[in-house]
Amino acid sequence: MHRFSVHIHGWLLVLPAAVLLAAFTHYPAVATLLHSFYSTPKAARPAVWVGLDNYRAMIEDPVFWQVLGNNLWFALGTIPASIALAMLMAMWVNGKLHGRAFLRLAYFTPTILPMIAVANIWLFFYTPTYGLLEQLTVDLLGLPSHNWLGTPSTVLACLIVVTIWKEAGFFMIFYLAALQAIPPALAEAAAIEGAGRWTYFRRVVFPLLMPTTLFVLVNAVINSFRLVDHIIVMTRGGPDNASSLLLYYIYDVAFKFWDSSYASTLTIVLLAILASAAIMQFAFLEKRTHYQ
Amino acid sequence: MLTRAIQQTAALAAATLIAGSAAAQGVEISFYYPVAVGGPITKIVDGLAADFEKDNPGIKVKPIYSGTYQESVVKALTAHKAGEPPVISVLLSTDMYTLIDEGAVIDWSSVANSADDKAWMKSFYPAFMENSETGGKVWGIPFQRSTIVLYWNKEAFKDAGIDPDRPPQSWKELIDYAQKLTKRDASGNVSQWGIQVPSSGFPYWLFQAFTTQNDVVLMNKDGTKTSYDDPKVIEALQFWVDLSRKYKVMPPGIIEWGTTPKDFFERKIAMMWTTTGNLTNVRNNAKFDFGVAMLSSGKRRGTPTGGGNFYLFNKSTPQQQAAALKFVKWVTSPERAAQWGIQTGYVATRPDAWSTPEMKKYAAEFPAAAVARDQLQYAVAELSTHDNQRVTKVLNDGLQAALTGAKTPEQAMKDAQREAERLLRSYQRR
Amino acid sequence: MSARRNPMEPQRLGHALETLGAWVLALLWILPLAYAFWTAFHPPEFATRFDPLAPLSLQNFVNAWNAAPFASYFVNTIILVTMILAAQLVLCTLAAYAFARYAFFGRDVLFMLVLVQLMIMPDVLIVENYRTMAALDLTDTITAIGLPYMASAFGIFLMRQTFKTVPKELDEAARVEGASALQVLLKVYVPLARPVYVAFGLVSVSYHWNNFLWPLIVTNSVGSRPLTVGLQVFSSTDQGIDWSIITAATLMTSAPLLIAFLLFQRQFVQSFMRAGIR
Repeated sequence: MHRFSVHIHGWLLVLPAAVLLAAFTHYPAVATLLHSFYSTPKAARPAVWVGLDNYRAMIEDPVFWQVLGNNLWFALGTIPASIALAMLMAMWVNGKLHGRAFLRLAYFTPTILPMIAVANIWLFFYTPTYGLLEQLTVDLLGLPSHNWLGTPSTVLACLIVVTIWKEAGFFMIFYLAALQAIPPALAEAAAIEGAGRWTYFRRVVFPLLMPTTLFVLVNAVINSFRLVDHIIVMTRGGPDNASSLLLYYIYDVAFKFWDSSYASTLTIVLLAILASAAIMQFAFLEKRTHYQ
Repeated sequence: MLTRAIQQTAALAAATLIAGSAAAQGVEISFYYPVAVGGPITKIVDGLAADFEKDNPGIKVKPIYSGTYQESVVKALTAHKAGEPPVISVLLSTDMYTLIDEGAVIDWSSVANSADDKAWMKSFYPAFMENSETGGKVWGIPFQRSTIVLYWNKEAFKDAGIDPDRPPQSWKELIDYAQKLTKRDASGNVSQWGIQVPSSGFPYWLFQAFTTQNDVVLMNKDGTKTSYDDPKVIEALQFWVDLSRKYKVMPPGIIEWGTTPKDFFERKIAMMWTTTGNLTNVRNNAKFDFGVAMLSSGKRRGTPTGGGNFYLFNKSTPQQQAAALKFVKWVTSPERAAQWGIQTGYVATRPDAWSTPEMKKYAAEFPAAAVARDQLQYAVAELSTHDNQRVTKVLNDGLQAALTGAKTPEQAMKDAQREAERLLRSYQRR
Repeated sequence: MSARRNPMEPQRLGHALETLGAWVLALLWILPLAYAFWTAFHPPEFATRFDPLAPLSLQNFVNAWNAAPFASYFVNTIILVTMILAAQLVLCTLAAYAFARYAFFGRDVLFMLVLVQLMIMPDVLIVENYRTMAALDLTDTITAIGLPYMASAFGIFLMRQTFKTVPKELDEAARVEGASALQVLLKVYVPLARPVYVAFGLVSVSYHWNNFLWPLIVTNSVGSRPLTVGLQVFSSTDQGIDWSIITAATLMTSAPLLIAFLLFQRQFVQSFMRAGIR
């Protein structure tokens, strides 16, 4: 092939995708940065350069710090748990347990249901006095009644549970595929060497699942910052911002308070977090993927 | 640019076609309407649109159902900023300052010029006009307005040995009744709470009842100052907090607005505060005898008004504005205001609606419907300021902090006031 | 081939315990869906009461169907996911082909830029993307919902990985027979990547069928609103939550995906396997 045409053809092939990516990922990211240095335009006042004022305001905003903290706790609560659970589910479904098809269905169903829909159902579960959870803890077990969603100390944990429930099944599928690619000979070899189940898992299975784990980890991290649908339905960020996450706060600031430049400032923080997570993970991931 | 050009060409072509036909002028008025499940409201609104179109050929009315009030104002402003706003919208009366500041609406007084129009604008209850006027101009036309009312379970009253036809008249009686109505078992679990005042989402609205009854207002008429840290406001908050913490007649923590009616139907609560707009819902779903009354008196009786007004968006053409005025006048005529009130449970917004035959008959059969109207004399404007969403949110956050025990009422209100002052500073310089 | 017992599988007691554990978890997991079925098929009085003798009723579905234009929402959603998937398949295939087989100027830098979208999805850039849509005069259209997602970095990444595993000999053999670059793509690479396409398609469809925040912001009217937004607008209420009608609407809107998954479970999992998404 003519050397010149390689470049032309290459670029032509990539162009449509590149244009869209630039328009809806790269350009907005840069624009967000720019807009964070200006004030919000209103009907009577156009935007003016304010330098780092928005950032200063953000640092002084107690809601911002609360929301950031919430999001980090949320990530910490959902990511390891959903990955571990996904691995466990995959191993159960992969093994010779009775009714595997039903198990697989049950574990995966949450993924198919839209979060908006199931959030309302979970709202019922958490409702005080006659909600499902209360019917179990109070009516059956005699424990004291608890306002799960209405108490700042428990509301985030409740949302974490909902998120794990939604996510684990999706990750399970990836682990399932990976598990089925492990040759059975390995298990036999390990048995001959006298290794127990836990050792086999720790020294053989887990390392072989590493690529999947990293892939799933990327997804889990993104989702812990991206998924705010359940907040919109169940708590609207309350009580007193105890269940508000960064993206939800951005949505509030941008589309309820109409403070677009502050929203841009907050988005920069979100982008920074995602970018650093990306850099850390891709350094790992690229090293482990083999090509011919 | 190309899409715009194509759109304009198409519009021109369509306009030519219409102009070519007989005299009728094709005007379309779109309007955002906040729908609520719990009644066939969309059918009613569709019906109103169809009836108006029959009486006024050449004007098409297009309702766009846009979720809750909060979601509707987001959608309307989003559409406005994208250059495609509706012609009219039913939005919260409290959104007035925000809509003005965003340059999204024009005042009705500038299009409603005739003497007849002016008389029409003066025909609504003054309590409802308080959130609809500023700077001498009328920005919103009351459409579906409400107040908070007390609903009570008459059977529960009888069980507790209270006269089922007599609601609590004062704060003291409220506590007294609620204590008698709260049923606790041996291990301390409550099977029925005496009173429930929801505190999720927009607790400020319920709070305004407490503050008004304690004889204090939360903001000034221009929407530029708040008084969250007034001692009487803190007192009112203390009372609300005490209901669950001290008197233990109300569930602790934040109480969800959406599930409160259900709690009432399930007999988990004996009394509840919620909007009169829930009247039809309660009537249909409560399987017991219930009563509706004005809220108890503190130092005085009081409630905030609530609900939505018609706003006119400023990117509309003069023909659309004229058509919109026609529609809004038609839909707020005494007969239709009465009809609307009967079908939905909202308060008919003008005195003469209550004198129509249908309304008189309805109120005679169902006295509960007139409670909110009778309470209007004690009603005050709903909390509304510039940068309304934020200024209200700091109050909401503070209220929730106090109700969950995270802060004392005094600390919560002082913090809220500080935030509110910071937000409103730039509006006070004007 | 005899089915030899995997020595790493638990025996007897261990097996029983694990089965119990797995089943308890599964029942917990399916509880919300089970509740949805219960509430949707019984009258509102039984939404919180689990009386086994309660009468069944289809009225909730009737009410739900009448209360909002679900037919339109269905159509919008189907158009949306189809549009997005079609665009993704085309754009990502072309781009991946270029990345895999063309050593063009700036390729590696460009690929890194593409990977940025894996972490920084359009979902977090709602403020700016909304502004862009407004400037393009595309707000409140189905296209606006789909446009930011049509160039999928995940798709490009996946396809590139897959294309790279295609033996160069096949490529050269086809060229020897006179095929142009695009023909090689269509006749050699695409067929070999079929399982990957299927897996990707499944992920894409279920993601976009259930996407909520961006469609919420960018759509205003029934003509462009997908099911998720329709469901939310319909169930958010100032007059109190009615679980009977919400669950009925939920079941209606989730039914296609549920049924599809029920029927194609094995294929679903197998396609992920063959795609070698590891």
